[in-house]
Amino acid sequence: MRIVLDTDACQGHGRCYALSPDLFDTDDDGYAVLLVDGEVPAGAEDAARLAADNCPEFAITIED
Amino acid sequence: MTDLAADHTIDWATEFDHTKSEYAQQAPAVWDELRERCPVAHSDAHGGVWLPVRHEDVSAIAHDTEHFTSESVIVSAFKPVGLAPAGFAPPITSDPPYHQGARRILLPAFSPKAIDRLEDDVRASCRALLDDLLAQGTDVVDAATAYAQHIPVLAIANMLGLPPEDGDRFRLFIHRIIEKPGEYSGTIEPEETLVYYLMQVMKARRAEPPRDDLIGFLMQAEMDGEPLNDEHIFGTIALLIIAGIDTTWSAIGASLWHLAQHPEDRARLVEDPDVLPFAIEEFLRFYAPVTMARLAATDTEIGGCPVAERDWVLLPFPAANRDPEAFEDADEFIIDRRRNRHVAFGLGIHRCLGSNLARLELTVAIDEWMKRIPDFELADPDPDAVRWSTGQVRGPRELPVRLLGTNEAVSA
Repeated sequence: MRIVLDTDACQGHGRCYALSPDLFDTDDDGYAVLLVDGEVPAGAEDAARLAADNCPEFAITIED
Repeated sequence: MTDLAADHTIDWATEFDHTKSEYAQQAPAVWDELRERCPVAHSDAHGGVWLPVRHEDVSAIAHDTEHFTSESVIVSAFKPVGLAPAGFAPPITSDPPYHQGARRILLPAFSPKAIDRLEDDVRASCRALLDDLLAQGTDVVDAATAYAQHIPVLAIANMLGLPPEDGDRFRLFIHRIIEKPGEYSGTIEPEETLVYYLMQVMKARRAEPPRDDLIGFLMQAEMDGEPLNDEHIFGTIALLIIAGIDTTWSAIGASLWHLAQHPEDRARLVEDPDVLPFAIEEFLRFYAPVTMARLAATDTEIGGCPVAERDWVLLPFPAANRDPEAFEDADEFIIDRRRNRHVAFGLGIHRCLGSNLARLELTVAIDEWMKRIPDFELADPDPDAVRWSTGQVRGPRELPVRLLGTNEAVSA
C-alpha cells in the first residue's frame, strides 16, 4: 500500500497528525509532513486509511 | 413550541434571514429543505445575499479566492470599500497575496504542538468552573452560561494576555458584531466599543516592556521586513477575540445539548473513553457553529446561478456537513463515525486559524463535564425550547440541564 500527501492541497487541518501520528508529523506552521517514503509500513494500513478518510481537503490518497 | 419546520409562512428559497430567530431555531431543517428544492437560495435581506447549501458549492467558493473576496466575512447592510488587501481583521479579511504573510505570522502560535501545551490550563479552567457549578447545590444548572461560555474566554484571554474578568465585555462586543450585525450602529457610546477597548489596551502595552503573550508577540512581529501597523495589530486582536469565543462556546453548548438528550451517547463516552476523539469530530460535523461569508469579487456563478459582483454569499459550513452527497447517513449523529471529512473549520486558505485550540477546548470541556456529570438531561424536555443564537455563529445561548448523577472531583 502506498500513501501520497498533496502538500499544495494541505491547509493544516491537522487531522492526519492527530489520528495517525506514526505516519504524519506537522511542521512549525501546522502543515502535514509525511513521515514515510510513500510505502505504508506493515500494520499501519488502517492508520493510513483513517488519515485519508478524515482529511477535509482530500489531500491524502491511498494506492492499494 | 410550534413545529417550525412545517411553518410555510417563510419561503426559505427567497426570504431567509440568517440573523432572525426563525432561521436560527430550525437551520438544519431549512438547509435540508433547500438542498432538495433550491440548493442556491437568494434573499433580499442585507442588500441581497446568496445561500448555497451543498457541500460541493460551499467547497468550490471556499477554494475560489479569485471570484470571491474575504474583504468582509460578516454579512450586514455595510459593504466595505477600500479595505483590501488587508481588510479590517487580517488574516480572515485578507485576500492573497497579503493573506499569506498575515496568516504565517500567527500559524506557529496555533499549531497542534503549540496548542497541546495549553491543555493543563484549559483543564484547570474547566475543573474550576465545574467546582463552582456543582457548589450551587441546585438540581438544575445552565450549562451554557455557567460553563460553556467561560471556557474560550479564559483560554483566549490567557493567550492574548488580557484579564479574564474582561470576558463579559468580550461577549458584549461579539453579540453586537456577530449576532446582530449592523443593528447597533450609531447607538453605542464610543467608550463602549471594541475599538476603544483595544486602543486602551495598546496604549497601556506601549507604556510597558513587551510581554510574553500574543499581543506582545504581534507588537514585535514583522511582515515583509516591516513591523505591523497599528490597524493590522488592532484587527488581528479583534479577530482573535471575536472569532475565538462564541464559536467554541457554541460548539461546547451544542454538544452538551446533544448529550443531554442521548443517554446512549453519554453511556458510550463513560464506558469507552477511546471514542472521545471521534465523538468530538462528530459533534463538530453535526453542530458546526460557524457560517462564513464572502463578497463576489466579479460577476460569477454558484452552482449555475448567476451572482453579481459585490453580492453577499454565505458559506454555511454546517449545511455542507449535512449533505448526503458528501457524508454517509448525513442526518444521523454517529458517535464513532470513522470517515469524517467535516468542514466545521472551513476549507482552503482561510481554514480556521484556531481550529486546534477549539478542538482542545471542546475535547477537554466534554471530557471534564462527563467525568463530573456523567448523567444529565434537558430541564425542559422540549428540545426546541433552547434558544439558538442568530447570525453566523449558531449555538445554544441558554441551556438549563437537570443533574441526574454527579461524581466527586478527581485530583489533578
